[in-house]
Amino acid sequence: MSMWEYANPKKFMGWTRPVLPWTFAIAGLCLVIGLIWGFFFTPDDFRQGSTVKIIYLHVPSALMAINAWIMMLVASLIWVVRRHHVSALAARAAAPVGVVFTLIALFTGGIWGQPMWGTYWAWDPRLTSFLILFLFYLGYIALWEAIEDPDTAADLTSVLCMVGSVFAILSRYAVLFWNQGLHQGASLSLDKEENVADVFWYPLLVCIAGFVLLFVALVLMRTRTEIRARRIRALEARARRA
Amino acid sequence: MLRVQNLTCARGGLPVLADVSFEVAAGEVLILRGPNGIGKTTLLRTLAGLQPAISGEVSYPDDEGAYASHADGIKTALTVTENLTFWADVHGAALPADILETFDLADLRDRLGGTLSAGQKRRLGLARLGVIGRKVLFLDEPTVSLDRFSVKLFADWLQNRHLAAGGLAVIATHIDLGFPAPELDLTPFKASLDTGGGTDEAFL
Amino acid sequence: MIALLLRDLRLAIRAGGGFGLGLAFFLIVVVLVPFGVGPETALLSRIAPGILWVASLLAALLSLDRIFALDYEDGSLALLATSPLPLEGAALMKALAHWVTTGLPLTLVAPALGFLLSLAPEAYAYLLISLLIGTPALSMIGTFGAALTVGLRRGGLLLSLLVLPLYVPTLIFGAEAVRRGAEGLDPTGALMLMAGITAGSFALLPFATAAVLRINLR
Repeated sequence: MSMWEYANPKKFMGWTRPVLPWTFAIAGLCLVIGLIWGFFFTPDDFRQGSTVKIIYLHVPSALMAINAWIMMLVASLIWVVRRHHVSALAARAAAPVGVVFTLIALFTGGIWGQPMWGTYWAWDPRLTSFLILFLFYLGYIALWEAIEDPDTAADLTSVLCMVGSVFAILSRYAVLFWNQGLHQGASLSLDKEENVADVFWYPLLVCIAGFVLLFVALVLMRTRTEIRARRIRALEARARRA
Repeated sequence: MLRVQNLTCARGGLPVLADVSFEVAAGEVLILRGPNGIGKTTLLRTLAGLQPAISGEVSYPDDEGAYASHADGIKTALTVTENLTFWADVHGAALPADILETFDLADLRDRLGGTLSAGQKRRLGLARLGVIGRKVLFLDEPTVSLDRFSVKLFADWLQNRHLAAGGLAVIATHIDLGFPAPELDLTPFKASLDTGGGTDEAFL
Repeated sequence: MIALLLRDLRLAIRAGGGFGLGLAFFLIVVVLVPFGVGPETALLSRIAPGILWVASLLAALLSLDRIFALDYEDGSLALLATSPLPLEGAALMKALAHWVTTGLPLTLVAPALGFLLSLAPEAYAYLLISLLIGTPALSMIGTFGAALTVGLRRGGLLLSLLVLPLYVPTLIFGAEAVRRGAEGLDPTGALMLMAGITAGSFALLPFATAAVLRINLR
C-alpha cells in the first residue's frame, strides 16, 4: 500500500479522527509551556527590556505564515500532478489559517515596533513583505470562494498558487531592493539564531513546535470539514438525479 | 473516419452519458436525438475535445475537428467579410470565392455583425464552417432561428459541398434537414446512478 | 496568430474606449493627485515617478476584464480552442493587443503628464524607457488574471484583487528606476531587473494562461 492511499478521503477521515485530539492536546501543551516559560522565566534583554518577550508570539507566527503558504504550494502541486482531492482541500483549508498567522505576525510586529522604532508601522522590507503575503492570501481565498465548481476552483487556485509563489519571491527581493535607499541597516533583527541567547532560544523552540502543531491540527480539522462539505455536495447531486 | 468507443462523459463532474459507441464514415451525417438535458451538448463538446471524457475513446484525424454551437463567435464590430476572413486566417485557409453566395450573405458582406438579425447571424456562423475547411464537424443545434429557406441553404451546403468532399458531421438537432440521415437516440445511453467516474466519487 | 492580434486591435479601435478610456483615466488620476497633496512643486516633483507609475498601472488594470470576457460570451474562445492556433499563442497575442491599446499609449503620454507634476528633467528618458519595458509585463500578468476570472459573472473586483499583488515587483522596479533617474543616480539595475520580469512573464505566463483558459472552457 503506497502512502498516497492515506489521501483517499475516507481513509483520511479514518486516520485523522484519533490523531486530531492528540495533535490539539500536544499543541496546547507546547504553547502553554513555551509561553509561560518565555514570558515569566526568562531574563529581560539588556537593551530591549521585557518587550523582547513578544518574540514568543511574533517569530513562530511569522514562520508559520510563510510555511502555510509553502504547504499550500506543495498541496497544489500534488493536486495538479496526482489529483488527490484531499490535497486540494487541504490547501483550501490552510489558507485562512495562514492569513491569521500573517495577521498575528503583523500585529505583534507593530506592537514590538512601537517601543523599538518609535512607530507601530514602518515600511521595513520584512514588514512590507508580510503585508504583500497577506494580499496574496486574500486573492487566493477570494478565488476559491468565487468559483462554484469545486474541481475547477481547485485547478484554478492551484495555478494561482504556483504563479503567486514566483511573484511573492520576486516581491520579496523587489522590496529589499526598494528600501535600500530609504533607511539603510535601520532594521533591528532578532530572528537570526546567533543573535539569540540560549535562555531565549529554548522556550522559543517550544513555542515554534506549538505553533507548528497548532497549524497541523487546525488544517486537519478544517480539511475534515471540507471533505464533509464535498460529501454532502456529492450526495445531494445524486439525490437530485435519482 | 470518426470512431467513438464506450465513451462516458460528464457534466458538472457527474456522468450523464455512458458507453456511447458509434462510427461515422466520410461523407456521412449522424443526427443525435434525445430529450432536453440528455447530454447532447456535453457529448459534442467532449467529442470536440473541449472537455475531457471520463472513459472511452474518440478518434478522428488530428486537426480536423470543429465545433459550433449557438454562440458562433461573431464579432459585432466586424463586417461579415471580416468575420469570415479572420477565421480563414486562423485556420490558414483561403476564403472560398462563393461562400457568401452559398449562405445568401452576398448582400450583407459589408454589414457589421452587430446589425444582423438572429437568422442572418446564424447563417454567418454556419458560413464559418465552410471557411475553415475542417472535415469533422460537431454541430449543436445549427438550425436554431433559421427560416425554412435558410435551413435548405444549410442542408444543401452540407450535402453537396461538405459531405461530397469527404467530410462528415455529427449534429444535435430537433428538426428534419430534408435528406435521409441515420439517427442515434441517446436516451438508452443515459448514465445510471451507479455509473462510475464522477469526479466526486471518492467522497461517497 | 497575427490575424488574432490584428482582429483585436481592429475591435479595440472600432468599439472605442480601448485607447481613449484608459488614457482619460490616467490623466484624471494624475490631475487629482495635486488636489490631494497640495500644489507645492517640490513635493510633486519628488512623488511624480511614483504617481505616474501607479496611475499607469491602474489605467492598465481598468481594461483587463475585457481581454477575454467578450470572446468567452460570444463563443469565440471555444472556437479558438478548437482551432489550429495554440491557446498559448492566443494568450500571447491577447496580451500584446492589450499592450498596444493601453500600455503603449500610456507610455507615450506619460512624459506630458510628468510635465504637469514637475518631474525632474533628467527623469523623462527613464520614465519613457521604464514604462516601455514595464507595461508589457503589466499586460501579460493582467491577461493571466483575466483568464483566471473569465467564467465568473462578477469577476471585475476579484480580478483586481488577484492581479494587483502580482504587479508589486514591476511597480517597485519601474518607479525606482524613474526615481533614481530623477535623483541623478544610476537606474540601470532597476531597469535590468524589470526587463527580467517582463521577459520571464512573457516566457512563462502564456502557458499558465492557456492552462487556465482550458480549465475555464471545460
